Amino acid sequence: MKIDLANLTITKAHKHLVDGDFSATELAEAYLSAIEKKNPELNAFLGVYDDVLEQAKRVENQNVKDKGSLWGIPIALKDNILVKGKEATAASKILKGYHATYDATVTKKLKEAGALLLGRTNLDEFAMGASTENSAFGPTKNPHDTTRVAGGSSGGSTAAVAAGLACAALGSDTAGSIRQPSAFCGTVGLKPTYGSVSRSGLIALGSSLDVIGPITKTVSDAETIFNVIKGKDPMDSTTVDESDYPTTNDKLPTTNYAVGVPRAFLDSTKLDVRVRKNFDESVERLKSLGHIIKDIELPNLRYAVPAYYILLPAEASANLARFDGVKYGHYADGDDLLGDYLRSRGEGFGPEPRRRILIGTYVLSAGYYDAYYGKAQAVRRLIADDFARAFQSVDVIAMPTAAGPAFKIGEKAKDPVQMYLEDIFTVPANHAGLPALTVPSGVVEEAGTDLPVGLQLYAPHMGESRLFSLGKQFLGE
Amino acid sequence: MVYMTDIDIDHLAKLARIDVPKAEYDNLQKDLDNILAFVGEVQSALIADRGPKADVPKNAMREDTDPHESGIFTDALLKEAPKTRGGYVVVKKIL
Repeated sequence: MKIDLANLTITKAHKHLVDGDFSATELAEAYLSAIEKKNPELNAFLGVYDDVLEQAKRVENQNVKDKGSLWGIPIALKDNILVKGKEATAASKILKGYHATYDATVTKKLKEAGALLLGRTNLDEFAMGASTENSAFGPTKNPHDTTRVAGGSSGGSTAAVAAGLACAALGSDTAGSIRQPSAFCGTVGLKPTYGSVSRSGLIALGSSLDVIGPITKTVSDAETIFNVIKGKDPMDSTTVDESDYPTTNDKLPTTNYAVGVPRAFLDSTKLDVRVRKNFDESVERLKSLGHIIKDIELPNLRYAVPAYYILLPAEASANLARFDGVKYGHYADGDDLLGDYLRSRGEGFGPEPRRRILIGTYVLSAGYYDAYYGKAQAVRRLIADDFARAFQSVDVIAMPTAAGPAFKIGEKAKDPVQMYLEDIFTVPANHAGLPALTVPSGVVEEAGTDLPVGLQLYAPHMGESRLFSLGKQFLGE
Repeated sequence: MVYMTDIDIDHLAKLARIDVPKAEYDNLQKDLDNILAFVGEVQSALIADRGPKADVPKNAMREDTDPHESGIFTDALLKEAPKTRGGYVVVKKIL
């Protein structure tokens, strides 16, 4: 049968594979040929693995009694997730040519589930950015309008899924890097609870914020992948058992959720009027599905972005200290060992990592620590307290995913602070470690082109089940 | 209040071990000034002293037991290093 990649979901592909409508090899071939055709324009993939068809043959020959939900499903990985023996660059020149020496835990889990790993997708260098324009290997274009960004930093993953170049993808989310590009490309994106998915084998950015999550066409698909990749892992001591969050591991009714809307925060934010209208319509839709809408206050969210751009550079400057031209990656010959470090890092890091490493070094210096890092940590606790208070009276919180639709390539590239404000609705979840889901909520028209926008739902820690339930209802799954 | 005009790119770049070309100093100075002015907003947040954190610390690290057989990862890891010799990573003399 002809494979309709544009509308293929994990659920549908799984049924076709099990029914024998097409084989894993045929499915893999279809994706490889789509990538060959469309990737030169989109730049969603930085590399396609050379053994995809062998992987397909291998899973076909497996004696899989109970063919799991990801068996034979082609999935793309953001190029900061390690696959043993494969190149992994984090879209940085400093790692060009580096080959991973081990599998990330999520990679291992996908392989064990019989998924096919298609290739590695583009991102902002070291996941620092909101447009993939900071990639050392060129920006990813938005499949809906190739003059626009795909969002970021997981823009390669969202563009690949939206354009039918992968059945699903993994991204990482430190401030919104799964959700904002999902909104821009019209995909579903889940930022799971901090600690619910192992980061072993994820190239670290901000270790107190990073989490890996799925990018898919449907909420059911996101749930399927989340159930495969989650879980405690001895290789990542920040992972937790679901039982560590007993309060939200619940069986709430699928209707009659109390949905909180932070209206005062939305009113104080620079928000595209069409996005606001779309959001208000989405809230009406939730109401018509039987849910109760409540106004909530989250007074400290206004500090979320400034606090993030203190904490993240501080953590990133420490995490990126390992790239020194000695153990792996780019090496440049200097006068002495210090000269080797200076030159290797000077040549290897692009402008944004450089800015963030310098800011991180500054805010952690003696004399500035209390004014910046100390304050930002305190603000982070205020934000977490705001959410804890709100979740006493609501089950879920709704917000737009991004303040506008996908912007033009180059539009915000010159002004780092403008780009940082892209995180305004997404980064609070990372500060507080909460799960958040973005689902496509319609389009806004821009010069004759329909651009997708997203509705974002927040839940308490380990409350992914609520997000899946509400997200499916919203999309009519 | 900390003022933003005291950034010394030269000093920061050395601390951060990044060789920044002099030609980029001006732009970088401007960017960092803007970023620090922006993030300085946190200083206006009302932060009450909540006393010491109430969380009870617990050891989240795995037990340091069952080490892998010595040397089984050496070749794979060294293959990624820019300069090696006889099972070691080579760096320039520091003394």
